[in-house]
Amino acid sequence: MSAETLQTPVFDRDRALRLLQEYGVYAALIVLAIVAVGLDGHFLSADNLRVQLFQVSPTLLVALGMALVIGTEGIDLSVGAVIALSASILPLYLGYGLPVALPVALLLGAASGAAGGAMVALTRVQPIVATLSLMIGVRGLAEIVNGNSAKPVNQAGALDLGTGALAGVPYMAWIAAAAAVLTALLVRRTTFGRQLVAVGDNRTAAGLSGLPVRRVLITVYVISGVLAALAGVMIVGHGAEADPANQGINMELNAITAVVVGGTPLSGGRVRVLGTVAGALFMQLITAVLTQHNVPNSYTQIVEAVIICFAVYASQERGTR
Amino acid sequence: MSATLSSAVTPGPPGSGQDLRAPARERLAGRLQQHGALAVLVLVVIIASATSSAFPTWANVSSILGGNAFVWLLALGMTFVIITGGIDLSVGSMYALGGVLGAEGSRTGTWLAILLPLAVGAAWGTMQGLLVARTKMAPFIVTLAGLLGARGLLQALTHEGSKTYLVPKGSFFRQLGGGTWVPVLIVAALFALGALLLTRTRFGANLTALGGNENAALLMGLPVQRTKVLVYVLSGTLAAAAGALGGARLGSGVTTIGVGYELTAIASVVIGGTLLTGGSGSVGGTVSGVLLLAVIHNLIDHYFSQYGSAFTDAVNGAFLALVVLLQTILSRTQKLP
Amino acid sequence: MAQEDEQAPAAPAPVLEVAGVTKSFAGVHALRDVDFALRPGEVHALVGENGAGKSTLIKVMTGVHRPDSGAVRFEGTAREFRNPLEAQAAGISTIYQEVNLVPLMSVARNLFLGREPRRFGLIDQRRMNREASAALGRYGVHVDVTRPLRTLGLGAQQMVALARAVQVDARVVVMDEPTSSLEPREVETLFSVIRGLRERGIAVVYVSHRLDELYAICDRVTVLRDGQHVHTGRMADLQRLQLISMMLGREMAAVRSGGTTAFDSARHERAGTEPVLRAKGLSVRHRVHDVSVDVRPGEVVGLGGLLGAGRSETAKAVVGALATDAGTVEVDGTPMKRRSPAAAIRAGVVMLPEDRKAEGIIPNLSVRENISLAALPRLSRAGIVSRAKQDEVVRFFMDRLRIKASSPDQKVSDLSGGNQQKVLLARWLCLSPKALLLDEPTRGIDVGAKAEVQALIDELAADGLGVLLISSDLEELIEGSDRVVVLKDGRVVGHLTGDEVGEEQLLSALAAADPQADTSADTDADTDADTGVDAGAAAPGTPPTTKESRR
Repeated sequence: MSAETLQTPVFDRDRALRLLQEYGVYAALIVLAIVAVGLDGHFLSADNLRVQLFQVSPTLLVALGMALVIGTEGIDLSVGAVIALSASILPLYLGYGLPVALPVALLLGAASGAAGGAMVALTRVQPIVATLSLMIGVRGLAEIVNGNSAKPVNQAGALDLGTGALAGVPYMAWIAAAAAVLTALLVRRTTFGRQLVAVGDNRTAAGLSGLPVRRVLITVYVISGVLAALAGVMIVGHGAEADPANQGINMELNAITAVVVGGTPLSGGRVRVLGTVAGALFMQLITAVLTQHNVPNSYTQIVEAVIICFAVYASQERGTR
Repeated sequence: MSATLSSAVTPGPPGSGQDLRAPARERLAGRLQQHGALAVLVLVVIIASATSSAFPTWANVSSILGGNAFVWLLALGMTFVIITGGIDLSVGSMYALGGVLGAEGSRTGTWLAILLPLAVGAAWGTMQGLLVARTKMAPFIVTLAGLLGARGLLQALTHEGSKTYLVPKGSFFRQLGGGTWVPVLIVAALFALGALLLTRTRFGANLTALGGNENAALLMGLPVQRTKVLVYVLSGTLAAAAGALGGARLGSGVTTIGVGYELTAIASVVIGGTLLTGGSGSVGGTVSGVLLLAVIHNLIDHYFSQYGSAFTDAVNGAFLALVVLLQTILSRTQKLP
Repeated sequence: MAQEDEQAPAAPAPVLEVAGVTKSFAGVHALRDVDFALRPGEVHALVGENGAGKSTLIKVMTGVHRPDSGAVRFEGTAREFRNPLEAQAAGISTIYQEVNLVPLMSVARNLFLGREPRRFGLIDQRRMNREASAALGRYGVHVDVTRPLRTLGLGAQQMVALARAVQVDARVVVMDEPTSSLEPREVETLFSVIRGLRERGIAVVYVSHRLDELYAICDRVTVLRDGQHVHTGRMADLQRLQLISMMLGREMAAVRSGGTTAFDSARHERAGTEPVLRAKGLSVRHRVHDVSVDVRPGEVVGLGGLLGAGRSETAKAVVGALATDAGTVEVDGTPMKRRSPAAAIRAGVVMLPEDRKAEGIIPNLSVRENISLAALPRLSRAGIVSRAKQDEVVRFFMDRLRIKASSPDQKVSDLSGGNQQKVLLARWLCLSPKALLLDEPTRGIDVGAKAEVQALIDELAADGLGVLLISSDLEELIEGSDRVVVLKDGRVVGHLTGDEVGEEQLLSALAAADPQADTSADTDADTDADTGVDAGAAAPGTPPTTKESRR
């Protein structure tokens, strides 16, 4: 009787929000790009684009790892600290060349991730808490290793990684793009990727179906740690200095924002790699446009805060009365 | 609703025999959880006093107490939030904002220096609380956005930090933050009020109940939404007040202060035995927690001064990780949910 | 919607009355024109199997749900409670199966939450504790009320819930399976409290699946089945067997020979073979006590019992999804060392869980992925899923099980219940298991799908799979199983083999009163407290099943 009146609403809010979650980020990215170009023709210049790519690449790398973690209904707040750890360790090993220093940094990132993952998977500590304590502890460790001061880095390999370009596109962007493609393949085509999503969607059912829930969880945090460490190396190379006290600050926030804006729900069970890429680009673009038009940094921050809230709200699980 | 109903309830220890008391191991675990921080604090103080002649001096004690007291208020507010099962990451930003607003207000008068931060803190807390209670967004994401937003607001108000905010030299407001005794007394009074609020009022009972079993709280007819909002209001207000008083002590509002303070506050609360999962905690525990961290930081500064604040951070993190792990183990021993 | 007056005119006016209530969810009737009347000072049993509508009826009475049609009258006036609070304020309190209090807070706090006595605006703790002690003392609970609630035994916790419920001037107390996790002696205390309530003129609605308890405490009984009212009358006038056949909907006189299920009436050949799955002396605290079951290749073994008999728990214990206190599981004669679902799956034992939504499907994934979930490692090379192999398997099973989906890419949560169930079956079948544990495989699915699933079970057994079947559908259990192991209160109480597999035999096995429960609750408590481990360890080397004569 009353069912029919319920079926024909003038405006279905939930449906609108779902559409927004699904395609909103792409639409917003396109609109924003048009606005950016419209406001300033130079926006499309190769130099400017390159600057944007330099800035977005580390964030994107970290966001890819974060997307995987969030896909398991987790969160990794330690990524910024892992970047700092990378920065602190690099000066010690760059003397042996990048081929030695890079693996060491990545290994440490993996170790940090493994610690967080083990806490989450084995002791069932909430992911926020586990990675929060890592966030504090690892950054402190990084500063101790580094001795509390920024160190200039002038090793050719690192600088090249941070500033070099191939076919006009920064190495960093190539690496980030490759990582995005690999992550997409990982999620869509591999056993691990599918198990990851299943664990995030219904951990009980995944366990009852014989999936290696713990192994999947630990691996996810390890990947996130490694990607963050790689981003750290890039940041050091790009800035030609290692400054663990300041590098990677707020990176966890930026990464989470990119993932969430990209439409991956915080409730897990879904990883949107392309959406994450678009989310990272969107946040980069909005910051760039605002700063290039002399909007103070403060307003940019407020805008970001509002976007995060809105994106989370839009991607929240709804329905089920 | 009914799906989550059952999961929140403890099976509890089976009343296996005539002895209705919990097994000794469980009781021990419970005590350790509640009073562990105090025990470690006493132990550390005794050892430090015995081994170092510089530690038990009045100058040192006064620097531990006076220098940090206002920051401890963040932990007080955080205690309430965490007992409801939430978290408030915005307090560090709010601390800085409170400092600048207090300094700005003090140019008109001490009353404004106090009222302005309180009003803004309360308003900010209300906003966060409403978002948490009404939209059911995770507290951590709401207050993370709050951290960012409040910092942005602060930067905007201070023209990107370019302006300095001095508290006028002769202002009474300065005296609120000066010396050792005034800050300690103010903070002690607020902690005492907080303890009273938590243990002796319906608001305190409601927020504890809601953190322990939200569904039961709803079914018992407790004002769950209102309590949630109020908790964030309390936390925001306290953070802003702490910032204002901190500004009074420094003689100016510092825009860059407060980064990472939320983490120290969380660490103190958790070390004090308050469960991060909510439902159990005490203001007294938080006092032990903040004092323990303060004493340890003091010792680090003394012995490892070459590493500066870095060592402190590392210790904070390691401590938090350790305590959280310990809590998990203790909770499991006690068969908590 | 006229209300029927089935009882003698001398009966007192009902305090709470439900008349002609119909309630449906998403087009499915949960209650159909149900009447229910509760008199002051009576303990009224509300019984029925899963899906009978008990909980829906309770929720209608306590304001959780509002009826689609029909009326709820409380103390003579029609009322529409919008939420449990309103019902509570009016005088209808509910005690839930799981204690719904705050475990970490003190006993006194729990008793007075929201109504704490205050002095000068502050909670008067001394008075609160004093009054709490007094209130609990009236129920024979003498504990330190300042202790956290969780340190009390479940029985005492239940008593606190009860005290809290009655404190609010309750006229009606609804108890939804209040004893499901209580020790026998705690049950006894609860009963004496209920008797006290009865004397004070408070009406109690008592929901439980433990027949012994119903007969011990209830005055009248109302039986529901499939959302409809079946019977109301004096508890003492109703024999156990009658009650059970009413609950299950089987008339004792008219047990049909030929069934309506899709099972082949021929029994499966199973002579001489060794069991593929053998569980010995499984015990799970409070749930399962020394249960042994074995399943041979090609045979369907039914696990019979009423709600709460421990059937699902037994299945879960077998595959390692539930930690056991004692017992062993052998697959093809090899004992399983590690007990986990993953280990069971590797050994070839799989379980279709009862709760499809919470434990089965991965809701946001596609049909393809849900089917291939457990088989992923077998369908991939070097960790990369072979799409071709995956498609092949998925297509094969979608065809074989006739899974109706718009495409393999459809989200599994968009499918009908029956098709979801088939997807889960396919998830297991593509692993080519040796033994299949099915927990209510046809519950909540439509008639067509039900017949298909039943035919499939037959087919699988014919192919040599060992099947353990749990079903509340008596007909399905009887016609589908070659043997039936009957459980009651977590214990094996009977075995039906060969020609014994019939409804009459099953019903009488279920109705047999537990020899210990009625007579000596106290001695039972003592032994029960000790069982946990001992029962399994003391299990004799020869499980009962081996004594059966083979056909």
